[in-house]
Amino acid sequence: MVMLYGRKSQVDYRAKLWACNFCFQRNQFPPAYAGISEVNQPAELMPQFSTVEYVIQRGAQSPLIFLYVVDTCLEEDDLQALKESLQMSLSLLPPDALVGLITFGRMVQVHELSCEGISKSYVFRGTKDLTAKQIQDMLGLTKPAVPVHPARPAQPQEHPSISSRFLQPIHKIDMNLTDLLGELQRDPWPVPQGKRPLRSTGVALSIAVGLLEGTFPNTGARIMLFIGGPPTQGPGMVVGDELKVPIRSWHDIEKDNARFMKKATKHYEMLANRAAANGHCIDIYACALDQTGLLEMKCCTNLTGGHMVMGDSFNTSLFKQTFQRIFSKDFNGNFRMAFGATLEVKTSRELKVAGAIGPCVSLNVKGPCVSENELGVGGTSQWKICGLDPTSTLGIYFEVVNQHNAPIPQGGRGAIQFVTHYQHSSTQRRIRVTTIARNWADAQSQLKHIEAAFDQEAAAVLMARLGVFRAESEEGPDVLRWLDRQLIRLCQKFGQYTKEDPASFRLSDSFSLYPQFMFHLRRSPFLQVFNNSPDESSYYRHHFARQDLTQSLIMIQPILYSYSFHGPPEPVLLDSSSILADRILLMDTFFQIVIYLGETIAQWQKAGYQDMPEYENFKHLLQAPLDDAQEILHARFPMPRYINTEHGGSQARFLLSKVNPSQTHNNLYAWGQETGAPILTDDVSLQVFMDHLKKLAVSSAC
Amino acid sequence: MSQQGYVATPPYSQSQPGIGLSPPHYGHYGDPSHTGSPPGMMKPAGPLGAAAPGGMLPQGHPPHGPHQFGQNGAHAQGPPLQRFPGPPPVNSAAPSYAPYSPSTQSSYPSPVSTSSVAQLGTQLSAMHVNSYGTGMAPPSQGPPGPPSAAAAFQGPSRSPQPSILQPGSQVLPPPPTALNGPGASPLPPSTHRQDGLPGPAPPNAQYQPPPLPGQTLGPGYPLQQANYGPQMAGAQLSYPGGFPGGPAQMAGPPQPQKKLDPDSIPSPIQVIENDRATRGGQVYTTNTRGQIPPLVTTDCTIQDQGNASPRYIRCTTYCFPCTSDMAKQAQIPLAAIIKPFATIPSNETPLYLVNHGETGPVRCNRCKAYMCPFMQFIEGGRRYQCGFCSCVNDVPPFYFQHLDHIGRRLDHYEKPELSLGSYEYVATLDYCRKNKPPNPPAFIFMIDVSYSNIKNGLVKLICEELKTVLEKLPKEGQEETSSLRVGFITYNKVLHFFNVKSTLARPQMMVVTDVSEVFVPLLDGFLVSYQESQSVIHNLLDQIPEMFADSNENETVFAPVIRAGMEALKAADCPGKLFIFHSSLPTAEAPGKLKNRDDKKLMNTDKEKILFQPQTNVYDPLAKDCVAHGCCVTLFLFPSQYVDVASLGLVPQLTGGTLYKYNNFQVHLDSQQFLNDLRNDIEKKIGFDAIMRVRTSTGFRATDFFGGIYMNNTTDVEMAAIDCDKAVTVEFKHDDKLSEDSGALIQCAVLYTTVSGQRRLRIHNLGLNCSSQLADLYKSCETDALINFFAKSAFKAVLHQPLKVIREILVNQTAHMLACYRKNCASPSAASQLILPDSMKVLPVYMNCLLKSCVLLSRPESSTDERAYQRQLVMTMGVADSQLFFYPQLRPIHTLDVKSTTLPAAIRCSESRLSEEGIFLLANGLNMFLWLGVSSPPELIQGIFNVPSFAHVNTDITLLPELGNPYSQTLRMIMGIIQQKRPYSMKLTIVKQREQPEMVFRQFLVEDKGLYGGSSYVDFLCCVHKEICQLLN
Repeated sequence: MVMLYGRKSQVDYRAKLWACNFCFQRNQFPPAYAGISEVNQPAELMPQFSTVEYVIQRGAQSPLIFLYVVDTCLEEDDLQALKESLQMSLSLLPPDALVGLITFGRMVQVHELSCEGISKSYVFRGTKDLTAKQIQDMLGLTKPAVPVHPARPAQPQEHPSISSRFLQPIHKIDMNLTDLLGELQRDPWPVPQGKRPLRSTGVALSIAVGLLEGTFPNTGARIMLFIGGPPTQGPGMVVGDELKVPIRSWHDIEKDNARFMKKATKHYEMLANRAAANGHCIDIYACALDQTGLLEMKCCTNLTGGHMVMGDSFNTSLFKQTFQRIFSKDFNGNFRMAFGATLEVKTSRELKVAGAIGPCVSLNVKGPCVSENELGVGGTSQWKICGLDPTSTLGIYFEVVNQHNAPIPQGGRGAIQFVTHYQHSSTQRRIRVTTIARNWADAQSQLKHIEAAFDQEAAAVLMARLGVFRAESEEGPDVLRWLDRQLIRLCQKFGQYTKEDPASFRLSDSFSLYPQFMFHLRRSPFLQVFNNSPDESSYYRHHFARQDLTQSLIMIQPILYSYSFHGPPEPVLLDSSSILADRILLMDTFFQIVIYLGETIAQWQKAGYQDMPEYENFKHLLQAPLDDAQEILHARFPMPRYINTEHGGSQARFLLSKVNPSQTHNNLYAWGQETGAPILTDDVSLQVFMDHLKKLAVSSAC
Repeated sequence: MSQQGYVATPPYSQSQPGIGLSPPHYGHYGDPSHTGSPPGMMKPAGPLGAAAPGGMLPQGHPPHGPHQFGQNGAHAQGPPLQRFPGPPPVNSAAPSYAPYSPSTQSSYPSPVSTSSVAQLGTQLSAMHVNSYGTGMAPPSQGPPGPPSAAAAFQGPSRSPQPSILQPGSQVLPPPPTALNGPGASPLPPSTHRQDGLPGPAPPNAQYQPPPLPGQTLGPGYPLQQANYGPQMAGAQLSYPGGFPGGPAQMAGPPQPQKKLDPDSIPSPIQVIENDRATRGGQVYTTNTRGQIPPLVTTDCTIQDQGNASPRYIRCTTYCFPCTSDMAKQAQIPLAAIIKPFATIPSNETPLYLVNHGETGPVRCNRCKAYMCPFMQFIEGGRRYQCGFCSCVNDVPPFYFQHLDHIGRRLDHYEKPELSLGSYEYVATLDYCRKNKPPNPPAFIFMIDVSYSNIKNGLVKLICEELKTVLEKLPKEGQEETSSLRVGFITYNKVLHFFNVKSTLARPQMMVVTDVSEVFVPLLDGFLVSYQESQSVIHNLLDQIPEMFADSNENETVFAPVIRAGMEALKAADCPGKLFIFHSSLPTAEAPGKLKNRDDKKLMNTDKEKILFQPQTNVYDPLAKDCVAHGCCVTLFLFPSQYVDVASLGLVPQLTGGTLYKYNNFQVHLDSQQFLNDLRNDIEKKIGFDAIMRVRTSTGFRATDFFGGIYMNNTTDVEMAAIDCDKAVTVEFKHDDKLSEDSGALIQCAVLYTTVSGQRRLRIHNLGLNCSSQLADLYKSCETDALINFFAKSAFKAVLHQPLKVIREILVNQTAHMLACYRKNCASPSAASQLILPDSMKVLPVYMNCLLKSCVLLSRPESSTDERAYQRQLVMTMGVADSQLFFYPQLRPIHTLDVKSTTLPAAIRCSESRLSEEGIFLLANGLNMFLWLGVSSPPELIQGIFNVPSFAHVNTDITLLPELGNPYSQTLRMIMGIIQQKRPYSMKLTIVKQREQPEMVFRQFLVEDKGLYGGSSYVDFLCCVHKEICQLLN
């Protein structure tokens, strides 16, 4: 085993030996640890440090690499905004970062950034599928570097490889590249009436992947793809250029009517896998009013840990700030990003790894701790995560191995160690080791212990990931049925009830919220595609599969705050009953921040009370949710869509679609007029859902 | 002579005894009926019964050599006796017998030396005189002879005397013209030659070759006949009958020692000078149908009065035979060489532009011929009858005009299309692609920046030159700046496109590496106006040599380069021209990749033709695409070794472009030649995206086309571009009978786009005569045009047939044409006489030059590339260019009169004309040689080279030093005049007598025997004569 200490290790200080907790092998401490003793413990052995990070000095440090892949089939102001954003980003990069630029429209241009006096680019036809080898040949990457002319002595170069033509340290070509971006024109090929511009996204991305593959294999790098519309030609095309043929919808997909989808998806999957294999991550920044093909391209970000950002236009603060946030720095001045990580999971022998769900690909490393049952991406104990940021999470699923003849000893502990090798944004290679241990409890006799230790939030999120993971490949109703079954089984196991008596059903506190999470999950855009385009679904699912627990919960069950004169802002139920005339509501769904003025408030605002000195408190009331929203906006990545609406406003639908429809046109009068707002839906309310759940849980038929 | 191919067809088929012709014939001459016709049989045309029984006897033809000798000798014996006819009538068929007697010395009455050689000489010279036979100036002696008189004199040659073919023995009953006492001719030959107007009188000085014992000649009347007989037009020559076989067979038995006096055989120089003397400097008006224009070598002013100027159209004959039978009989090709954009001297009127507005040109409803002087207005001007198809059309109302008393429209002289042979129409949208007005054309410069080109400084040279030459882009008359747009591409194994949009601070380079499927990476900014983008372009041109200074890329691509240019033009939706500067065999992996396949072993085999064919099948479809998109390709080649011109040159040729080739280009020596070519090519008058259609009056039609063209069907001649130096040779054949009254009318219409993007029609009309008399046909021939036709048809055939076959075909056809004349038009005379029609006097010498060209005759010193190159050049040549190319100008310089501006008189291209004391300048349109005799006058050497002596002259120079002395100035002026109007800049080579490079120079002395084959003029003449004799027998 490699250097793996952990506080779970048993250490013999005198003999300078330690026994591995996972395989029980006894190991010698290395010379650096000669001075250790009980009183002089290394940090690894202290219980409070469950996570330890090691810096590796070996090997050449490679600089950060950013390859911009820019669509030029944009409207003029969109392109202008994008150019400004890109130029801005250059100023945020460390001077030794390598940057490259590929632009595309009908053709794909790989810009050579090193040339003096003339800007040079390699141009590719956007319709031709090229193999990695061809691309590298055509870019001249396969040959040895251009031999230096005898007259000119070789200049010492930091990166003497040929790749330096296309990927240059920013400090060298800053001006050059800024000018180049400034001169960037819209794709000059004429777009006839009734046609979409020809956009060669598939080839552009293929070239970007091929370029990095040829120049910086197994080195962290970021491909940033900016698109303003769907790919319309060549490999990876999502829709034809005829405007009269709309881009595929869920309806088309269900009817098997999306003729380019399979092929395109295959193309992008191939690229994503190649990028992932080399540790390169792909970001997609898609800004367009219509769909851009995220459904087909999602694997590029999902498999490589890249970002997916969807907006209406590059000329919006949503895009601009989101993009800027990519380059935000930590207190050490390092980017909050890491590259080319591998995560290895080690378990003590009672546990096996069933799989992981998150922005990763399998490294196909089999081992004794790999379970035969796969949950998510399984069959391996190692995964590659090409792009990491502080919010990136992986859901990892374990299986308790039933050992018939060797029951788990009472009071024993199961240990898990997560070893993450990665390239820090300071270009160091690091290893981060997290070790955890949990007590074993017997599932029969010690159910209470388990119940008490149940983390319903984490469980909800992990279940949700599984559900979403399944939803990518299975029919929606199947997934919902599966989810329901799981919920019922959980309730049967942990609920307290008398058989066949739904009214008797109770769940302990540690489970109390769980069904509600499941209720909202069932209604969420992660599992429901109705009313969402395929791109939107892909976008939502992408973020759901990588955000941390808190954010994921917000996504499952949005947070609703209520502001009123009656007291300080308070969280209220995500329920139609919370929509009251004299309240201001602030809803955070992760993707949207909605500020909703109740009917009365809206009327007051229209009447202009907030501008009257005597109603300053009203002004404050109006301001309060805005301030809170700003706070969320500042921290969130990607920037949520900010919606300011009021009772009866068209945008109020964002709120109405989320709340529990406790009042609908069906039961409106039964609930009386006083409270809440009716939702025009046939969806079941939480109440109905719970009633059914109870019924099924107590039913012995299940 | 059965049905040889029709009209012009060379007698390909029949195998000639003694030559072993194989049946294949080339291309268009494919009439299968030829095969097997016995050699030497002309169909008897006249009452004469030319078909003397003996003549018909096939067995009577021994192949050659001694047999013939004997035979002829025998033959010669008899004749004097019988025939005493007057001179044959003009049209009568030639006597059938061929009494050429190698042995007549004894009978030869003239008091000549006994040396047969000397004798030959004199006799030939005497004959030579005849060449200016008929109808010209009255003979200095003897009865003045208009042909009719002559005919009367001799009487129709009845008395068909059977010629006897059996060797020996035979006595020909009434020997027709047979043996004359040539020597008896009172005319001193030299006189005749000098005055250049040898009347018909000094007629057939025939020459009776070496004495044959026992020959009995009645000296008396043969003499007479000799004097008066040949009133016919035509040079008559006899030659020693014993001359064995063709040039190649010189080894054959006898008399190599019998050299003809070269002075006595028709001299091209003399012919040129005569024409110049009679017609030079005059005004030639084209008001009459079928008139014969001055020679191409004669300067005159041409006035268009209803027929196209000969600068635009020249014909092989200006009188067509009325029937196809007649055409078959004569074997004279009926062809026109059309140079629709020929440059017109400033003292001649440029073409008028007719604009009928939206209605467009007036055209015949049936045959679509354009309004022209051949349209006959009738019914008071309300209708007109088409001169081509005779359809009666209504005159469109807007075009109506009353007729005058002679039935001519009142506005006859106001409308160019009614009174002129050549004019232009503004074309309407119907004549445009997709019915949209065309965009102005574009020039794309494509520079090979591979290692060698960078290293030898060529790239820098080109870039520097482009900066100035782009100022002179061609423009339409009043335009201030050219509307042409320009674009730039450099390439080695990948292509670099440049964005030179005027708004850019610096050019952008776009590299296309996908050469297997090349495409145009940009639209906007690739093709720009030079004026607008000047600074960016200059910036680019400054940078290009720098940019690739470190490149060590040796491999190049070629087909993708053309495709890229074509795609760029296609994307820009405009026609245009690519200027490609290329230097190596394209060996990089790409379509059109070539390998070195030069193989000297193929020379003189049936596979030799492969060397002229493109190596891959990539280039032909590429050329087709180029033509379809109006993309003309001009290629500048700078090879240092084999580059496969046959493959690389295909697209330039088929797209109407030009191929320039500079072997082993060295910047310090060859820049000037290249830059002159480049400037000239950029500036020259050009039309783009052209379609030519040649319409004819009923009875005949255009059947074959040669030139820088692409034919998608049988009638439309498509040309991506056509410039002022390109000519298309069109062959005609009969459909039906032609009538003498209406003649043969030709209308050539070229639809094209001007440099400013205007769509126009250029119309050339020419009326030819028709005649049922062969003599008229022969009278109206133009040898220069014939050679142009023969060269092109033979060079085209080179691709498909063994060279040997082609050469034989050419010889045979030459013999055929002359034999037909001899048989049907010339007065009866001894068979030993070679009688040439006046108009074809120099056909043999030119034909010999053609046969000796390195294309048709492989020689160790001419590379495969050079041959392919010359083959291609000739295919697009006009008459003047081909004349000079095949018979170079050779002028003495040492006799230069520095005070005069006239060029020193040219001399014949033969070594015997050179002298050790002399300096000679030779030019053929591609090369120029300054030959220095070993004893050249030192003052001349000093004057020209600024060195003290012959020994000091540096032969490496390609430009003469510019010195202030009159020798230098005059010589350079002369060279300038010779260079003028020539499409290619000639490379100057200094040759010292008796030094190695002289071997190259010798190849251009075309009257001499070639070093590596190729007969001398005299030998060839003998060979042709022998063929004729065989035909006549």
